[in-house]
Amino acid sequence: MHVIAPQAVDTLIRLLSGDGYEVVGPTRRDGAIVYDRVGGLEDLPVGWTDEQAPGHYRLRERDDDALFGYVVGPHSWKKYLFPPEETLFRLTRQPDGSFVTEPGTSDAPRRAFIGMRACELAAIDVQDRVFLGQAVQDRGYAARRRDLFMVAVSCAEPGGTCFCASMDTGPRAREGFDLALTEVIDATQHFLVAEAGSEAGRAMLDRLDPRPASDAEQAAAERVWAEAPGKMGRQMPADAREVLNRAFEHPRWEETAERCLSCSNCTLVCPTCFCSQVEEVPDLEGQRTERVRRWDSCFNQEHSHLVGGPHRESVAARYRQWITHKLATWHDQFGTSGCVGCGRCITWCPVGIDITEEVTAVRRDPEGRG
Amino acid sequence: MAPDAVATLPDQAMAPEPWRIHSVRRDVASNEVFSWTLYPEPGVEPGAAPAPGQFNMLYLFGVGEVPISVSAITDDGGIVHTIRAVGSVTRAMQDLEAGTVVGLRGPFGTAWPLEQPRGRDLVLVAGGIGLAPLRPVIHAALQRRSEFGRVVVCYGARSPGDMIFRDELDAWAERDDVDLRITVDRGTAAWRGDVGVVTQLVDRGGFDRRNTLALTCGPEVMMRFTASALERRGLKPEDIYVSMERNMRCAVGFCGHCQIGAHFVCRDGPVFPYPVMEPAFRVREL
Repeated sequence: MHVIAPQAVDTLIRLLSGDGYEVVGPTRRDGAIVYDRVGGLEDLPVGWTDEQAPGHYRLRERDDDALFGYVVGPHSWKKYLFPPEETLFRLTRQPDGSFVTEPGTSDAPRRAFIGMRACELAAIDVQDRVFLGQAVQDRGYAARRRDLFMVAVSCAEPGGTCFCASMDTGPRAREGFDLALTEVIDATQHFLVAEAGSEAGRAMLDRLDPRPASDAEQAAAERVWAEAPGKMGRQMPADAREVLNRAFEHPRWEETAERCLSCSNCTLVCPTCFCSQVEEVPDLEGQRTERVRRWDSCFNQEHSHLVGGPHRESVAARYRQWITHKLATWHDQFGTSGCVGCGRCITWCPVGIDITEEVTAVRRDPEGRG
Repeated sequence: MAPDAVATLPDQAMAPEPWRIHSVRRDVASNEVFSWTLYPEPGVEPGAAPAPGQFNMLYLFGVGEVPISVSAITDDGGIVHTIRAVGSVTRAMQDLEAGTVVGLRGPFGTAWPLEQPRGRDLVLVAGGIGLAPLRPVIHAALQRRSEFGRVVVCYGARSPGDMIFRDELDAWAERDDVDLRITVDRGTAAWRGDVGVVTQLVDRGGFDRRNTLALTCGPEVMMRFTASALERRGLKPEDIYVSMERNMRCAVGFCGHCQIGAHFVCRDGPVFPYPVMEPAFRVREL
């Protein structure tokens, strides 16, 4: 275990940039912390934090210079690995009426992600199982995923809608990173404890002027890890899967549907939701066309389109599909929950529907007697 | 940090490849149902031959893609697909003539379980266009006739004019070794056959309840009542198979549209053992 100075994060970004990585990290824009290109420490939301509650998100200045004193915002790393829009194929008409299919231009620079939270590492593992773990692998996802350099941060101050501790995905980053940082900041000290998780991470750490952590510094990091789980604003019942597998006809879904706008915000901010549709985008002359994949959502009626009309016509059925898939049937499909406890769906729901509260309500009243 | 074992596979599974329509067959007067016999264009390396029950994604340049079951497999590498013009893509496909090149990728999904112990009775129950995915089963069963006991084909159509593959139905009706039963929802003055739901054809029995394989394809409610009728005749649920329809878009488990509970219809289906689907039949809008 090593210690690096806050300024070393600036060095890290510049070194990765110099090594040819497109470096992406948290940055402040339009009143939120989002993920975008960062060139150095000046682009990070240093000294800022976020307040989160159901349907509520506000940035607030901290009274210190913490580098990572906030949790996750509306973006997730999904937008880089599984982009919201991607041209899968370009097809060209041939003189004999046939056509030629070429792969779409794959936008795959080598990327480094800075400031990934434990829940986000878990989310990538979930999407790996979808796009790399089935009989067919997604070519674009595989290319973008392969060369990632991943810098994780263990959360010291989980937010109001966080519940990763109850999903067993965080808040401490334990695996799946190249480098993991834990920030320690108080009136007298400010440093980061750094752990390498790969050869590439070890090599990079050596270039950041590390020194071995003292007993006191190590104890300070351990205190962060020990205290963070208790600061979660939410908790998911451990038996969510069993609860939902028994609740297909529960009246709760009708009640939730009265509030749900089926706006699909929850699926767009979710770091694991993977539904997509492919649209045909032909040119005006009909000689060239593209197959363009875009994110879709099970909250859209078209999602369950069948000849006779949408199969899941009611909002209640669509909400039930989303929550049951996320927390129950995902286990059957991919051997893991589809929820990592990041809390985004709670924060960014315009009416504040809370996935943990929904499961808790059904669990409390399994027969739906009210 | 790279995940374990990231291999970049070729695109075949996702990229439409050019196949040419060799011939078009139009079955009903409305032109609503049509069949294409397709052969790969030069240079296309077709994957494994499809098995009865599987589907391909058929693609029309500049329009889009639809999942269509295989309705026959020719001896020389051709594939027949039977399509009903009901959506924007299938309507655009409706008037295409022989010689047109379309896209195809596949085959995908599960097949009807035809590798059975010798001597079992085979009961096929089809509703409407659901005859098409069962048609290659009938072809296979007649080719391997000695492997099966009785072969019972129950077919329900909306009206006599909506019946597809009339010539084949007539040929099967002539055979002593096929028990063909047909019913229509609405008869005509000339119709001498049965009128009513297809389950009443099942209710007539004529197969060994202890040694029958039953395959059904049609509207969901029809398959559900067919399965109940078969159970009433004494069949075990595990001897019944259904073919499900959902909004299949990617065919490989990426796009999320075709889920029924824990199942992806494209990946785990479309052919399912009835006990696997039975709980889903009971939940509305699952």
